[in-house]
Amino acid sequence: MTELLSSAPISRAVHGPRLRFYAVWGGVAVLLVAFPSIFTSASSLTTFSLVGTAIVFSLSYNILLGQTGLLSFGHAVYYGIGAFFAVHSMNLIPQYGLPISLPFVPLIGGVAGLLLAVVTGWISTRRAGTVFSMISLGIAELAVALALILTDFFGGEDGISTNRTKLPAWFGWHFGPQLQVYYLVAFWVFVSALAMYALTRTPLGKICNAVRDNPERVQFVGYDPHVVRYLAFCFAGLFAGIAGALAAISFESANFTDLGWVKSGAVIFSTYIGGTGIFVGPIVGAIFFVYLSLSLSDYTSVWQLYFGLLFILIVKYAPGGIGGTLLMHRLPLRVGRLGVVLKTYAIAAVPTLLLVAGFVLAVETLVHHTVNANEDPQIKAFGVSFDASSPMTWITALMLMLFGYILGRLTWRGVTRAWDEARTIASERGVPS
Amino acid sequence: MLELVIISALNGILYGLLLFLMASGLTVVFSMLGVLNFAHAGFYMLGAFFGFQISKWFGFWWALLLAPVVVGLIGAAVERFALRDIHRSGHVAELLFTFGLAYVIEEVVQIIWGKDPVDYRGPSSLDFPAFSIFSTNYPSYKVFMFAISVAIFVALLIVIKRSRIGLVVQASLTHPQMVAHLGHNVGLVFTLVFGVGIGLAALAGVIAGPILQTQSNMAASLIALLFAIVVVGGLGSLAGAFVASLLIGLIQTFAVSLDGSLASLFGPLSPNAPQFLIRNIWTVTIAQVAPIIPYALLILVLILRPMGLFGTRET
Repeated sequence: MTELLSSAPISRAVHGPRLRFYAVWGGVAVLLVAFPSIFTSASSLTTFSLVGTAIVFSLSYNILLGQTGLLSFGHAVYYGIGAFFAVHSMNLIPQYGLPISLPFVPLIGGVAGLLLAVVTGWISTRRAGTVFSMISLGIAELAVALALILTDFFGGEDGISTNRTKLPAWFGWHFGPQLQVYYLVAFWVFVSALAMYALTRTPLGKICNAVRDNPERVQFVGYDPHVVRYLAFCFAGLFAGIAGALAAISFESANFTDLGWVKSGAVIFSTYIGGTGIFVGPIVGAIFFVYLSLSLSDYTSVWQLYFGLLFILIVKYAPGGIGGTLLMHRLPLRVGRLGVVLKTYAIAAVPTLLLVAGFVLAVETLVHHTVNANEDPQIKAFGVSFDASSPMTWITALMLMLFGYILGRLTWRGVTRAWDEARTIASERGVPS
Repeated sequence: MLELVIISALNGILYGLLLFLMASGLTVVFSMLGVLNFAHAGFYMLGAFFGFQISKWFGFWWALLLAPVVVGLIGAAVERFALRDIHRSGHVAELLFTFGLAYVIEEVVQIIWGKDPVDYRGPSSLDFPAFSIFSTNYPSYKVFMFAISVAIFVALLIVIKRSRIGLVVQASLTHPQMVAHLGHNVGLVFTLVFGVGIGLAALAGVIAGPILQTQSNMAASLIALLFAIVVVGGLGSLAGAFVASLLIGLIQTFAVSLDGSLASLFGPLSPNAPQFLIRNIWTVTIAQVAPIIPYALLILVLILRPMGLFGTRET
């Protein structure tokens, strides 16, 4: 592997990228340290803990989905195991008077996730693709069923709770106040993200990408795709365990739902919506997902439906996710056509928003009639109130959808045309995409 | 004991047949289009709820006729207007799409029919005991379910093995390009197979709804079970799916009716033995272990025989 690296011309002339690397990660570190002075309320620190945990979890998932091309439906199993081992160790450390303080607990969770991945990974990574997905789902079901049977360890339906302040103090910190927990979580988020970024730059990370793109060629080169997938799986388990332990520290409890289906689904959503193709994608996705799940529920009772539809639309129309789609615009930017492209977006946005508004109006009216039919027909969604019993509402919704659709089709053609132009210019000038 | 065995066997076979109605569509679609349809169980659920709604309006027999057709058409539309485009982005994108679809179906069902089980009943004309074994009356609705499932199975077999369209389907399974070169509309065959597969799942929903609970969470737990059946039977093998469905149906039904545990076999654990976790393992009953068995079987099959029981190619 060393020959492979040294023969590449990248090893020379790295000063520019290296400077950028230090600037970006240093900036992130400064931002993390300064965050509590900007957002002083305890609730924003709690939200950060949620977001930070989700970021580590999504990044660990992207080692599988984005970098190695493995779609796992049971990634929460490793997260949950990390959470349970963290909770148990937080209970056992004070009981036996062990000299381990709270900042090391995420490591215990990570090792737990790693060990489980070492055991389950070997069979599940034998084949990639659909079979891997099926096995991961089978293992997830197995884990949840087992968690409900082995009540001594998993605490049954109630789960297990703990007290993080009972552990030996770390330089005087007992981690009672939210601020101290914030710094712990922020430290581990930073270290994990940096480690996972570093992983993508190693030869192993590159071979993972190769296994994703063309396992047969990798085999010809002399690597065993199974082993590569297995290693990626183990790393993903490690970082998922760390994320689970961080969650356990924030909530001071772990529950069988941490291993379950909802959690696994959430990480698929957040990672994919953020974008699996670039490193920051899952970070964007995790922030977006946590933000939406915290705030959307204030606006509408059926936010999960909108979320699922958004996910489907992204799979169909923007497979790169948020990050990948933003990155795509480097091409029109380089050939100086970004303004034109953005202008067509602005035009297309109007009918699209009409279509969305009509759809939302129809859904909210329908929800009113099926869920709370006996209540006051004056309902409010997204801050707008309207009368759900009036036929005008239906007519408005249908009209909005109809006109939105027809005009949308026309205006999106303009977007396609602008893109085609940008691509043509780029290929004429030989600009890389 | 004999009574328990006979009743459990009947229920197990019935459950297995229902599972086969779903697994058959899943396995054929998978081997033909390469799409593992995560939303398959969601369409089963839609079938049950459509069946409930139509039987409330027009009666059960109309529901039996209409619900599978409507859901099958929805399925065909999904293949035609969404999956076909996404096919170009690869298998992971397809799987993700059907995953999102399953999520949306569950949300829609929850919005329209709520989270609680609905009161879905079979036809009153079948509301009498068909026969009694020992002291148990066997409901004639279950006999009817039996008849439908077997009839569908036989019809499916005849269509696939004997008819012209069945020949085209079989050929498209392995050589889609060649079939297209011969002038057949492979795209249409795909849409048709996808729609029929989903219609079968919906039919299973319509007839199983009154016996099993019709509830918005009925799909989520089922899809993993169907995956287990498809892998155990061998991907793309109808015969394998049939045997695996019956096997898992029987195992689960028998396991649920047994409550033996290690404690009942060897007596209670001695008080000075280590208690942690071992206590759980010692006292867990076979009935409690029942949900695990299919997945344990799945993992065993993958270790010992990766092509599944009847599969011809390695999974």
